[in-house]
Amino acid sequence: MRNQAPALIFGIVFGALLVYLFLPGAPSGPARDAQDLSKAEQENLAPEAARGGTLRVVRDRGELLCGVSQGLPGFSNPDDKGDWRGIDVDVCRAMAAAIFGDASKVRFRALSAKERFTALQAGEIDVLSRNTTWTLTRDTVLGLDFAGVTYYDGQSFMVRRDLGVSSVLALDRATICANTGTTTELNAADYFRTNGLEFEMVVFEKTDEVIAAYDAGRCEAYTTDASGLYAERLKLKNPDEHIILPEVISKEPLGPAVRQGDDRWADIVRWTLYAMIEAEELGVNSANAQEMKKSDNPAIRRLLGVENSYGQNLGLRGDWAFQIITQVGNYGEIFERNVGKNTPLGIPRGLNALWTKGGLMYAMPVR
Amino acid sequence: MIKSWLSSVIGLSSAIGLSGDNALARSFQDPRIRGWLMQAAVLLLVALGIFELVQNTVLNLQKANIASGFGFLENPAGFAINFSLIEYSAQSDFLRAFFVGVLNTLLVAVLGIVLATLIGFSVGIARLSPNWLVARLAGLFIETLRNIPLLLQLFFWYFVVLQLLPSQAESLTPGGGIFLNNRGLFVPRILWEAGTFAPFCAALFASLVLAFFARKKFALEGWKVLAIAALPPLLLLLVLGWPLSLDMPVLEGFGFQGGISLIPEFIALLLALSIYTGAFVAENVRSGVQAVPKGQVEAAKALGLPSGLIMRKIILPQAMRVIVPPLTSQYLNLTKNSSLAVAIAYPDLVLVFANTALSQVGQAVEIIAMTMVVYLLISLGTSLFMNWYNARLALKERGVA
Repeated sequence: MRNQAPALIFGIVFGALLVYLFLPGAPSGPARDAQDLSKAEQENLAPEAARGGTLRVVRDRGELLCGVSQGLPGFSNPDDKGDWRGIDVDVCRAMAAAIFGDASKVRFRALSAKERFTALQAGEIDVLSRNTTWTLTRDTVLGLDFAGVTYYDGQSFMVRRDLGVSSVLALDRATICANTGTTTELNAADYFRTNGLEFEMVVFEKTDEVIAAYDAGRCEAYTTDASGLYAERLKLKNPDEHIILPEVISKEPLGPAVRQGDDRWADIVRWTLYAMIEAEELGVNSANAQEMKKSDNPAIRRLLGVENSYGQNLGLRGDWAFQIITQVGNYGEIFERNVGKNTPLGIPRGLNALWTKGGLMYAMPVR
Repeated sequence: MIKSWLSSVIGLSSAIGLSGDNALARSFQDPRIRGWLMQAAVLLLVALGIFELVQNTVLNLQKANIASGFGFLENPAGFAINFSLIEYSAQSDFLRAFFVGVLNTLLVAVLGIVLATLIGFSVGIARLSPNWLVARLAGLFIETLRNIPLLLQLFFWYFVVLQLLPSQAESLTPGGGIFLNNRGLFVPRILWEAGTFAPFCAALFASLVLAFFARKKFALEGWKVLAIAALPPLLLLLVLGWPLSLDMPVLEGFGFQGGISLIPEFIALLLALSIYTGAFVAENVRSGVQAVPKGQVEAAKALGLPSGLIMRKIILPQAMRVIVPPLTSQYLNLTKNSSLAVAIAYPDLVLVFANTALSQVGQAVEIIAMTMVVYLLISLGTSLFMNWYNARLALKERGVA
């Protein structure tokens, strides 16, 4: 036994070394600057805030860590080449464009509904852009801050066409499939109770299993945010055999969230969003932004950083909004590209139209 | 070796006069006291470490504005659970949801253990059968199921069950109010007239006692025992004027009403867990049986015992001593593996509490800790029972007369 010990030790050390060498690169941002950290503790601030904030951590790292879903077409979904696509993805790309002037400097982390808040709290990601509903609880006791709304959604129900049902109210005693770890479970329970209906809920952790169970006839209806229903319907065997019921039973404002306590970082997320909406309102898009720099409209000149340098006030480059618009596009472009009429999802603008066109999208003035 | 080294060191130190004359120094030389002191020091360090860990976590949570504490348990849960052994609705509090989860986990674990044991013993003995085909089939069963990940088997059973079963309108039914469809298995529920259930339980207990005496005192066997045991409950029911009725499941609208329903998630989870664990138990049984000396079987054969009796009276009692310790760990595995239920929507503790409740409340530390404690208690309880059983089975050495 004894003379095997050196071989064993060598094996362990060599094995550990191999594992170490092939580990994926970890973000090197937090856990540095122990000095600053303790100062932050004294001042009772979020650790990043004392270190020049998340912004400095992100700059030092050279890329933005963005938490997205595990695959929701139109919002965050890898395409056939493995590149992430979707509205939530574009929000992160726009932030990278504003911070680095390069929309490609983002690393995406796919998170389940259950993991998402813990990942943000623990600093594994800089921003959570993952079709997440803004609620009071999440804004307060989870240590998060929501920076705005990227998509006004609402919960709906999908059923088989041959069920002959045209309203949620006809679903008494039905079985309903849903995702766990979401607001949809609670909304459905509330809605059925207030309408005096009975129902049975089957909840799965992953969306793919919900869809498979629904397709196999485990439940009459599948409920989630309407945008999600449009997206998931594409995964069914025969999408045309399913309809989405007209009732919208909840408000689901989806938007990006950041850690509480770093207001400057929250500002950057918020104004990235506003810049995209403002650009649409002013008619500035990725194609004409260069041209628009010569515009006489002072609002456009302010947005594109031709006159004043609002970018510096945010701690960003002067042409932050110009970079967002040329590299990613304005809100309308992002919407149409990912979920709009000419995509398989074919979602109408509805609530997500600009306020000037009967929707809710309203940017605070850039001035 | 270490002991002799220590004593030589102590001997050396006292020889060169390191030790003083006072009691303290002397007690330091006592290896027992020194041992106690060392252990106390280590214990203190561990306690300090744990305290620091908890303190630090609480502080960090406060600093990040994340709520802590167990106050949330009294808040209404707000979500529905479709399979519960106790009364539960969306207005119930989180604590009740927690117990629903605990009970659902216990239910599938206990039934799974029973089924896995039955499957394991049958297949394990079949594998040693002199019949070539039976032995090979048992071998195939064991080798296939032991070597496919449980999660895959779970999905397999779940989606196979769902795909094979018909819709509610076309339920499979053998009559008598039993329905099988892709919403689960529906059976009638027995309804007792008020105040008659408890006497019936007492009668059942009486029949157990009767059966025991019939076997031990009067050496009765088989049908006679059963007949005697059936007497008290039957008599009671006749005296009370047959106080029971059946609550039949009936298809109304989109779902069955009444009766008892077992959801397909439960059936699939139970199947997957008991078959997977059963395959491992079968191997434990085989090794146990093979550990019984051949002479025992030969002696039994020489006495003319039939082979079934040899297995029951000679081989298995001796094999159990080898089987039980690894069986314990299989039982523990089954209990812990039941947490995979979350993948197929069976509302066990992990799905209900560590998943749904966690995402509504957001207090990961408290909720995960409570979940871990439950699994720990279930596992320790199983271990204690199995250790007691194992001690009972152990060879009792007779004292020298």
